[in-house]
Amino acid sequence: MKSIPKLPLAEWIESLVDGMERTLGGFFDGLSLTIETIVDFFAGLFLLPHPLLFIVIIGIIAYLIGKWQLALFTVIGFLLIDNLGYWDETMSTLGLVITSGLISILLGIPIGIWSAYSKLVHRIVSPLLDFMQTMPAFVYLLPAVTFFSLGVVPGVIASVIFAIPPTIRLTYLGIKQVSGELTEAANAFGSTSWQKLFKVELPLAMPTLMAGVNQTIMLSLSMVVIASMIGAQGIGATVYRAVTQLKIGQGFEAGLAVVVLAIVLDRFTQNLFKSKSQRGD
Amino acid sequence: MNQPLLQVREVSKLFGPHPEQGIPLLKQGYTKERLLKDKGITVGVGQVSLDIREGEIFVIMGLSGSGKSTLVRMLNRLIEPTAGEILLHGRDLRKMNKAELREVRRKSISMVFQKFALFPHRTVLQNVEYGLEIQKVAKKERRDKAMQALELVGLKGWELKMPDQLSGGMQQRVGLARALANDPEILLMDEAFSALDPLIRRDMQDELLELQEKMKKTIVFITHDLDEALRLGDRIALMKDGALVQIGTPEEMLMNPANRYVERFIEDVDLSKVLTAARVMRRPEAVTLDRGPRVALELMRERGISNLFVIGRGKQLLGVITAEDASRAAKSSMGLEEILITDGPRVAPDTVLSDLFEVTSSSKVPLAVIDEQERLLGVIVRGAVLGALAGESHHESKEVSPNEVHTEIAVSRVD
Repeated sequence: MKSIPKLPLAEWIESLVDGMERTLGGFFDGLSLTIETIVDFFAGLFLLPHPLLFIVIIGIIAYLIGKWQLALFTVIGFLLIDNLGYWDETMSTLGLVITSGLISILLGIPIGIWSAYSKLVHRIVSPLLDFMQTMPAFVYLLPAVTFFSLGVVPGVIASVIFAIPPTIRLTYLGIKQVSGELTEAANAFGSTSWQKLFKVELPLAMPTLMAGVNQTIMLSLSMVVIASMIGAQGIGATVYRAVTQLKIGQGFEAGLAVVVLAIVLDRFTQNLFKSKSQRGD
Repeated sequence: MNQPLLQVREVSKLFGPHPEQGIPLLKQGYTKERLLKDKGITVGVGQVSLDIREGEIFVIMGLSGSGKSTLVRMLNRLIEPTAGEILLHGRDLRKMNKAELREVRRKSISMVFQKFALFPHRTVLQNVEYGLEIQKVAKKERRDKAMQALELVGLKGWELKMPDQLSGGMQQRVGLARALANDPEILLMDEAFSALDPLIRRDMQDELLELQEKMKKTIVFITHDLDEALRLGDRIALMKDGALVQIGTPEEMLMNPANRYVERFIEDVDLSKVLTAARVMRRPEAVTLDRGPRVALELMRERGISNLFVIGRGKQLLGVITAEDASRAAKSSMGLEEILITDGPRVAPDTVLSDLFEVTSSSKVPLAVIDEQERLLGVIVRGAVLGALAGESHHESKEVSPNEVHTEIAVSRVD
C-alpha cells in the first residue's frame, strides 16, 4: 500500500500567518495600539482612586444593583486582595477582562443577531464557533503573538476569541426563541425591521443574551492566567510565576484573588440585568 | 348597498417546489388532490373571491385546515398570496412596496390574534400604544388614544399591569384595544375568542357586538365555531379545503344550505339561538282604542279567538284585551281602556327564539313584537315558533311593516 504523503498543513498555516503579518502589519499595529489604550485606560481608571475609596465605590454599586450580601462580599473580598498585596495586579487584570468582555459583546451581539436573521451567516458562524471553543487556547496565542508581539494585546485577542462564542450563540438563541406570534404581531402593526428588533426581539431575548454576556466575561477571566504566558501583566502573571517557582502559598493567594474577581464579576453581570427588568422599563 | 371596502379576487396560496405553476392548473379545474399528486403542490387557499363591505362583520368559518387563517393573513400580506388581487379601496395590496404596505398595516388594517400575542415585556398600556409608538406619534397623544381604547374595552385602571397578571379574557381585551388604538378601518380577528372558556367567550362576543354598534368598523372574524359565526356574522363565508363553499347571511346559510357539506355543518345548530322573532312573527291584528267592546267581541267571536291587540292612532301598541273582559265590558258599557291589559309581554324583532320560550310559556296573553317606537309589528304564534324550529319555511310569515297591521277587523289567533 502506498503511503499518502502528509499534508503540509502546518507549513500552510505558517506561510498564511507570515503573509498576513507582511501585508496587514500596519492594520495589526493600529489595532494593537487601540486595544492597549483601552486596557490602559481601564486599568488606570481603577488604579486612580485609593484602594479604599475604590472599594467603597464598588461596594455602593454592589448594594444598588444587588442585595446587601453582595455588597458585603464585594467589600470583604476586595479588602482581602488589598491586604494580601495584589491590588495593582488585580486591577490591571480587571482592565484586561473588561476590555476583552466589551469587545466580545460589541462584536458578539451584532453577529448573533445577524446569524439569527440569516441562515447562511448562521451556517458559516456556527462551525467557526465550535472551532474557536475547542481549539486549545495556547494554539492561537502563537499567531496572536506574531501579529501583536508580546504583552497585553495578544492576551486580549486570545481572550476575545475564546470568550466570544457564548455571546454570539445565546444572542442567536434568544432571538430565535421569541415566539413567532409576537414577531407576527409586530409585523401586523407595521413595524420596520429595526423596530421589530429593538422593541420586540431584543428585549425578549435579553435574559438569554445576558446569560451569554455573563459567560463571556467568565471565560475571558479564565484566560488571564494563560494570557500571562505571553506577557500580559496582572494577577494571572502572579499565579503563573508562583506555579513555575513552586510557591504554593503565593499561588493560592493569587488564585484566591482571581476567584474573588470571578464571583464579583459574575454577580454583577447577573444582577445588572435583573435589577433592570425589575424596574419594568 | 355598501360599496365593498375590501375585495378579494381569485386569491390563492399554494405551497410546494414551484407553487406558481399550480395557478393555471387550478384555473383549469384541477382538484386539490390531483395537484398534489401530479405536481407536489399543496393548496392552502384556492381561487377565493369575496367582497367585504364597509361596516359589516364578515365571518370566515371553517374547520382547521380549511385555509381560513391563511386567507385572513393574506388580507394584510402577513402571508404572501401566490396569485390574485386584494383590493383595499380599489388599490391592490400585492402591488404595494414595503413602505406602502406598512402604512396600510399601521393605519387601515389591525389584527387581533388567537393567542393574544401581547408583548410580555410591556405593560398593558405600552402594549396598546405599540401601534402608535412605531408610527412615532407624540407620547402624549398616543397615551391618550391608548387610554381611550382601554376604556372602550373596559380595562380602565389596568394600564400599568403586565399582561401575565391578567386573565385570558382581559388579555384579549388588551389585544382588542391594541388593535383599536390605531383606529383602523378593518379589524382582522383570527379566532380571537377561541382560546377563551365558553362563558367568557360569550361575554366577549356580546361586547364585540356592543362595540360594533358604536364603532361601525369593518370586521373580518375567523372562527371554527358555527355558533360564534351565527351570533356575530352579518355575513358568513364557509370554507372547506381552501375553497369557499357558501357565502350568505346566517339565515340564508341555515335555510338554504348550498350543498351537503353546508347541511352537515349546520345540522346540529340550535335554530332557536339563530332565528329571530321577526322571522316567525305573524301579521298582527288589532283594534283601535276608540272602538267599543262590542266590536272587539264580535271580531274575536268571528275568528274564534280570545285575545285582541289594541293600538293607538300612531299604530303604537297600547295593550291587549281578552274576550272575557270584553264581554263583561259590553254588558256594563265600559270603554276598552278600562279592560286593557297593558303589561303583556313585548319583544323586539331581533330577539332570538330561545329567549321567547320563557316569555310565551309564562304569559296568558299573546306575545307582541314591537319596534323602537313601540309600534306593533307582529305577533308570535306558538305554532309558528315550533314550525320554524322544525325547519319549515314560512311564506306567509315574512317580515311585516307597521303599515300592514290590520286594524279593526283584526284578530289574534293565539290560543
